[in-house]
This record gives sequence, C-alpha cells and structure tokens, in this order.
Amino acid sequence: MAHRLGEAGSEGAAVRQRESSAMNALELRGVEKSFKKRRSEVVRALDSVSFTVGRGEVVGILGPNGSGKSTLVRVISTLVVPDAGSVRVFGVDAIRHPKTVQRSMNRVSVEASFFKKLSAMENLLYGAKLYGVTTREAKPRIKEILDNIGFDRKRASEPMEHLSRGMQQKIALARALLTSPVLMLLDEPTTGLDPRSKRDVQAFIRRIKAAHDSSILLCTHDMDEAEELCDRVGIMVDGRILALEEPEKLKRRYARDGHVPSLEETFMAATGYTVEEASA
Amino acid sequence: MQERIKPRWLVELVATWGYVQRNYYLTKRYFMWELVWLVYVTANAMTITFIGAGAQDVAGIQINTGRYMTYLLIGALIWSYLSMLFDVLSETVSWERWEGTIEYTFMSPTSRVTHLLGMGIYAVLYGIAQTAIMLGVISLFFELDLSHANYLGALVVLAICSVSLLGFGIVAAVLPLLSPEKGQQVSYIVSALLLLISGIYYPVKVLPEWMQFMAQFSPVTYALRGIRDALLNGASLRELWGSIWPLMVMGAVFVPLGLGVFHLGESYAKRTGKLKRSG
Ligand SMILES: Nc1ncnc2c1ncn2[C@@H]1O[C@H](COP(=O)(O)OP(=O)(O)OP(=O)(O)O)[C@@H](O)[C@H]1O
Ligand SMILES: [Mg+2]
Repeated sequence: MAHRLGEAGSEGAAVRQRESSAMNALELRGVEKSFKKRRSEVVRALDSVSFTVGRGEVVGILGPNGSGKSTLVRVISTLVVPDAGSVRVFGVDAIRHPKTVQRSMNRVSVEASFFKKLSAMENLLYGAKLYGVTTREAKPRIKEILDNIGFDRKRASEPMEHLSRGMQQKIALARALLTSPVLMLLDEPTTGLDPRSKRDVQAFIRRIKAAHDSSILLCTHDMDEAEELCDRVGIMVDGRILALEEPEKLKRRYARDGHVPSLEETFMAATGYTVEEASA
Repeated sequence: MQERIKPRWLVELVATWGYVQRNYYLTKRYFMWELVWLVYVTANAMTITFIGAGAQDVAGIQINTGRYMTYLLIGALIWSYLSMLFDVLSETVSWERWEGTIEYTFMSPTSRVTHLLGMGIYAVLYGIAQTAIMLGVISLFFELDLSHANYLGALVVLAICSVSLLGFGIVAAVLPLLSPEKGQQVSYIVSALLLLISGIYYPVKVLPEWMQFMAQFSPVTYALRGIRDALLNGASLRELWGSIWPLMVMGAVFVPLGLGVFHLGESYAKRTGKLKRSG
C-alpha cells in the first residue's frame, strides 16, 4: 500500500484485507495541540485526546464552539501536526506516513470549500483526479451518487455559487464518497441547513454507513443527529473528551434521582452550556 | 467499481492532468477577465514599443528605429510571459486559500511535486497562447526588424528560462504559507525587483553597480540577453551558450530549492495551524 496507489475503491478493500479484523479504523493516543494566539497567549485546542473508532462504527463528537472538534478533524486528516501523541488510521501512523493514510480517508467540513465559479461536475471531476480517479471512472459513479443523494443532475453543470447551501453540502458528500474512503471525517455536515436538507443529508449518511462499510467520525452540535446516527457519542469541552459511550450509557451516566436525561440535558450537565450557547 | 489497482506513476499523472484541467476550466469561467487582461498586456506592450518609434524625435539624434522598437517589443513580450509564470506559481497557495479549497488540496494523497508541476504546465501553455496572440496582434502594427532572427535559438533559451522561473515562483509560493498576507506582499516586491534589474527595456550595464550585481542572479537577465542575441543578431546556439548555461544552472538550483523550501513551509504551516483556521 505504501508504494501502490489504488483506484480508491480497491484501495479500501486492500486496507480491509491487509489489516487484521481486530484493528481499529482510527486510534488516537494522548493527542495534544496548542496554538499561539498573539503574544504569549496560548490556546489548548486538544488536551490529551485518546479514543478509537472501530471498523464500520460511527462515532460522534458533541462539543460547544471552540471545543476543538475541527482541530481534531484536521489532526486526523494530516492538515495539522499534533504537538504530542499518536494518530493511527487502520494501523498506519498518520504523522509519519501521511500520504498512505490520506488515500484511505476523506472529509466533509462545515463550509463547502469548492471553486465557486466552477460547476459541481467540474469540481467533482477535479476532486476525483487528485485521488487518481479518471473522468471515465468518475462519471458513472457521480451519476449514481447524485441520484442516491437526491441531487437534480441537471443542476450539476451550474456554477457552485448558484447552488443552495444544502445542495453544496450534498456535493461535498459526493466528493468525499467518490474516492471510496474507508474512514470518513464529517465536521458539522448539516450545520446551517434547513430541516429538509438536513434530513436528506442525514439519511444519506445513514445509507453510507449501511452500504459502504466505512467508519465515520461525526462532529456536530446537533444532539438528535448524534443520537440517531452514532454508535457511540463523546462530549468534548475545552479540548478534552469527557466521556465516550453509547448514547444510552452516556445519558445514564448523568442520570440524577432515577431520572434518565435526554442527550441534550446530558450535554448541558457535562459541559455547563445550553445547546443554544453551544451552537451560537 | 473496478478492482484494478493503478501504479503510482499513473495516479500522479491523472492528478497532474487534474490540476491542468481545473485551471483550464477556471480560465474558461473567467473568460471576460482573461480577455480584459489580454487587451491590457497587449496595449502595454504596444505602448512600450511606441517609445522606440518616438525615440529619434525626442532625443534628436539618428538611431536605428526599427531595431530599437524590436528590442523593446522583445522585452515587453518576454517579460509578460515570464512574469506570468512567476505569478501563477507564486499565487498557487494564496489563490486556493481565497477559494477555500486549500485544505482539500493539501489532504489529497498525490504529491506536492505533482501539484506544482500541474500548475507549471498550465502556466507555460497559457503563457505560450497569450504571447502568441499578443505577437500576432502587435505585428499588424509594426515593421519589426527580424531579418536575421534565429527563432530556434530564442525558443531554446526561453524554454530553459521557463524552468528557472517556475522554480523561482515555487520559492515565492511558500511565502503565503508562512504568513498569509505578508507572503503575497513579498512576492509582488520580488516581481517588481526582477522587472527593475533584469535589463528588460535597457541594457543591464546602464544600471548602478549594485543593481548590476543583483542582475547576475536573475534568470530573466540571461533570458533577455540570449533571446535578443538570437532574434536581433541571429546568434547561433553555440554563441548563445553564454546565456544558456547560467539558466541551466539556475533551473537546476531553483527547482529543487523551491520544492525543498515548499516542503519546509508546508510542515511549518501544519505545525502552527497557518494553513487555514475557520470551521
Ligand atoms: N489554526 C489555528 N490557529 C490558532 N488557533 C486556532 C486554530 N484552529 C483552532 N484554533 C483555536 O483552537 C480552539 C478550538 O478550535 P476549533 O475550531 O477546533 O473548535 P470547534 O470545536 O471546531 O468549534 P466550532 O464549533 O466553532 O467549529 C479555538 O479556541 C480556536 O480559536
Ligand atoms: Mg469547527
């Protein structure tokens, strides 16, 4: 795998075969990251973060603004190098072998990040080529993905800037899927979408989970989303992950006087924030 | 889904094409701006050539006007081509940062060399097209003195110089990684200095000593000297060697240096979180 780049799909299969089934899709140990702000002021964005995502598992990270979710995603996607700790993607050290792990993952972030003047199709074809997927290979897959995601294919030739946020976010998901990642990093994929688009995107994530056998890390402010989509949910505050468990267990952990709280109440109890404050 | 595994070189080749094609799409989308820019640089080159047409009247002495105009036009065309190569490469990072795509480019598995090579190939193709159109338009207006021209020699010099300019551009491209705003400012200054010292519209020897000293390190100096020798005096490839070898040395130094510096800059940006910070 270190010396051969596959068409993304077979690459994924190769990774799955090669690694023993016991291996996790993602494994973080004691990851630390601080950023310098102005003079002498330092922000601890990640504070000894350790957790794992199993194969085919969906792990959610809930956290208020500035808790370090995006930094976490950037560290895993090799865009930020941590100060300490280790990151392993299917057993491969992401800090030492970034190129190897980059092949097996992709990401969707809050902002759509496209060439605004280019069409959705042009953006997708370009995105695929960076992973070695040719136009001929990509076209039928794009068609399939867009149909699946409920994106009107006729609009794929319009410039990105003419599309609504929801539509752009669907294209962002399509771009990530096109390279058949075995690990998907989703950083607030539904933030700022109207309820309808939100449900579309969530349904699609559920379908990816079922069909593609990929492992997913989902950062979000949305309690319902986390509870519905994730096998396990973690709460992140000030760069630390407080608890990471199945939603039910997590809620029971914060139960008081025999009352099992909702995930929202759990979140408030754990972070001291209200949901509105957290997503402000 | 095909189960065929592509060899690494093929994947890098597909990605190189991806960068070239993306830039082509962008040029197509910004077509009106491209047209405006073309009119601007063409008018600029003509203005400079007209300086030659008026020189005899202004200075009040007999000169070979045709030769002087050709001298100026070569300067204008070569500078518009070479400065464009430098600009495209040096703006690689700042431009993707502005579009917001930089993180997706930097987390893709193909190599940075492929990325910069793709940008370079596009810049050269674009530059050739632009210069050819300019030359076509301008030659309708002027009687140029190209009776002895050794076109092949000029093209060889230009091709070798393109490589060193791309290397120069890559070194400058790293600056926005170190400091998002200041980086862009520094590359404008570098570009302005190249224009000043490289003898684009006048011989280097009219410059103050210290500028002449700096001119030795600019690939543009050798490119213009060589191309003028070839086009105005019909110098043979052997006679052009004095301009060719410094360009080869600079290409061999600047390209690996640029790639090395870029790699360091990228690591620095990833350690300090300078790549991008929103989201
Ligand atoms: N590149 C950077 N340079 C400097 N500081 C940064 C950088 N990235 C993040 N930070 C700081 O680190 C902290 C965590 O930021 P991060 O973006 O990871 O939070 P988040 O949980 O994604 O927040 P949000 O919900 O608003 O997206 C913040 O205080 C932020 O200002
Ligand atoms: Mg964030």
